Amino acid sequence: MTDADRNTLLQDAENIVRTDIPESLLPTQQVEERERKTLEIDSHALNFGPQHPSAHGVLRLVLEMEGELVARTVPHIGLLHRGTEKLIEYKTYQKALPYFDRLDYVSPMCEEQAFALATEKLLGIEAPERARWLRVMFAEITRVLNHILNITALGLDCGAVTPALWGYEEREKLLEFYEAASGARFHANYVRPGGVARDIPAGLEDKIGAWAKEFPAWIDELETLLTENRIWKQRTVGIGVFTAEQALAWGFSGPCLRASGVPWDLRRTQPYDNYHKVTFNVPVARHGDCYDRYLVRITEMRESVSIIEQCLSQIRPGAVKVQDPKFSPPPRAEMKRSMEALIHHFKLFSEGYHVPPGATYTAVESPKGEFGVYLVADGSNRPYRCKIRSTGFAHLQALDEMTRRSMLADMVAVLGSLDLVFGEIDR
Amino acid sequence: MVRTTRDQLLPLMTFLRDAPHCRFEQMMDLCGVDYPSRAERFDVVYNLLSVTHNQRIRVIITTDAATPVASVAGLWPSACWWERECYDLFGVQFSGNPDMRRILTDDGFEDFPLRKDFPLTGYEEVRYDVERREVVKEPVSLVQDFRNFDFVSPWEGMLTLPGDEKAHEVRQHIKRSRG
Repeated sequence: MTDADRNTLLQDAENIVRTDIPESLLPTQQVEERERKTLEIDSHALNFGPQHPSAHGVLRLVLEMEGELVARTVPHIGLLHRGTEKLIEYKTYQKALPYFDRLDYVSPMCEEQAFALATEKLLGIEAPERARWLRVMFAEITRVLNHILNITALGLDCGAVTPALWGYEEREKLLEFYEAASGARFHANYVRPGGVARDIPAGLEDKIGAWAKEFPAWIDELETLLTENRIWKQRTVGIGVFTAEQALAWGFSGPCLRASGVPWDLRRTQPYDNYHKVTFNVPVARHGDCYDRYLVRITEMRESVSIIEQCLSQIRPGAVKVQDPKFSPPPRAEMKRSMEALIHHFKLFSEGYHVPPGATYTAVESPKGEFGVYLVADGSNRPYRCKIRSTGFAHLQALDEMTRRSMLADMVAVLGSLDLVFGEIDR
Repeated sequence: MVRTTRDQLLPLMTFLRDAPHCRFEQMMDLCGVDYPSRAERFDVVYNLLSVTHNQRIRVIITTDAATPVASVAGLWPSACWWERECYDLFGVQFSGNPDMRRILTDDGFEDFPLRKDFPLTGYEEVRYDVERREVVKEPVSLVQDFRNFDFVSPWEGMLTLPGDEKAHEVRQHIKRSRG
């Protein structure tokens, strides 16, 4: 190294050190000497996701910013598109069912229920009483599962870490019920056209009953962390406000619609399975902001517990699937002795059943909102067309409208409060 | 369920939304159905919901790949993405939709995957090439042929058995005279 090089290096080092010293530590004279630059921030685009923890999956947003205000939001979806609807057209009705677990993987059984109800409607069969109670009970367990994850994830997005840790523990208890009933924690494949896959094991009803007694206390604890928390309220009250008119026009449903002040719940207005035999309240809020959506979900969890308790008190032993070998498989023991049963089993699991021609739009109140299946049958053993009406698709679409002229940080809160799952949106 | 024609769609939809005894405030779903054997091969199905009267209605129109359908995005803003999806998956054109880009399929995708003549496996597959350090597209190559069973029983599928033509004709004749 020559002397000249060393000198320039030393000079550079001195410059760096001098400019690094904060202004408060410099003598006034030197502060004035420092060059002042005015930066002009104009509208620019910001890329959000697809690998972002608060994008709740694979959402990519292109945000047009004016300073820190969001001027326009352009969501890019389809990164998780798996062609579920096309795949279903090539599967028998039974084989199509497990795809529904994989749509909204946070609330699998409600999705199964929608498809099972649509198929039953076309087949003209009805699940037996016990199966309907089991469906209602597990649909409500699913609702609690979904709301716990949504509320705690929204908390996490807004900086509250503790609810998420508590929530996962509580979800684990519910997933054990899933596992006991269906054998799987998430992809249950439990609700089938014509009933449910099998009866719940002995003792599970007592376990669920014991859980239902303890759970409201857990909700109270969760609420002590959030409901009156000053930071939580600052992040959610008055954020992402959507009026009732807007919510209706944008096709909102479920807690997001009820938070805007529309008392609409498919379990109440168009009851399916045994929802007409239970009593429950439909929580409605007025302001349509993130905080109200949170409150509606909290109250819904309490109502779900009450529905689960009513199910447990009214459920009676009995058949859990239709007693028609054309639609439900024969018991294993019978197959060892009866030729008929063996043939039925083979036909059912190779060819499946043929569904008479027709079309139906069947919707259920999934934890996120209206989840619908538009099923077209052509008389063969495979659906001719199965359109899945995903809830989040409509909610995400309104994101631009909801977050216009809001702060960038509020975008995250709004996203969390809409309860988006990309398995369902991208299908 | 209502079947209507393309030019009647917008007046009908406006009526359904605004008439006091209809009040279908929400458009819950829009989807396409493909019937390749028909001249106008696509059905476009609208599922509407009235929160006021607790009613659902289904409106169906037909169209083909070239004729555009009037967009209802002006009536229900939520229709915009559903129409985009229908265009993306079926190739149904919507006139008057403010944002007619593809929505679900991959960047640079050209076909319409939910049409019945589009194979389940598609035409192209993508993989990450380690040497070229990029994602490359290649034609689909299947190690085993795609198996698609039609589940038509040979006894039902083959109506006339060899050597049985005469008897079959007689049966057909009986059927015809009865029918």
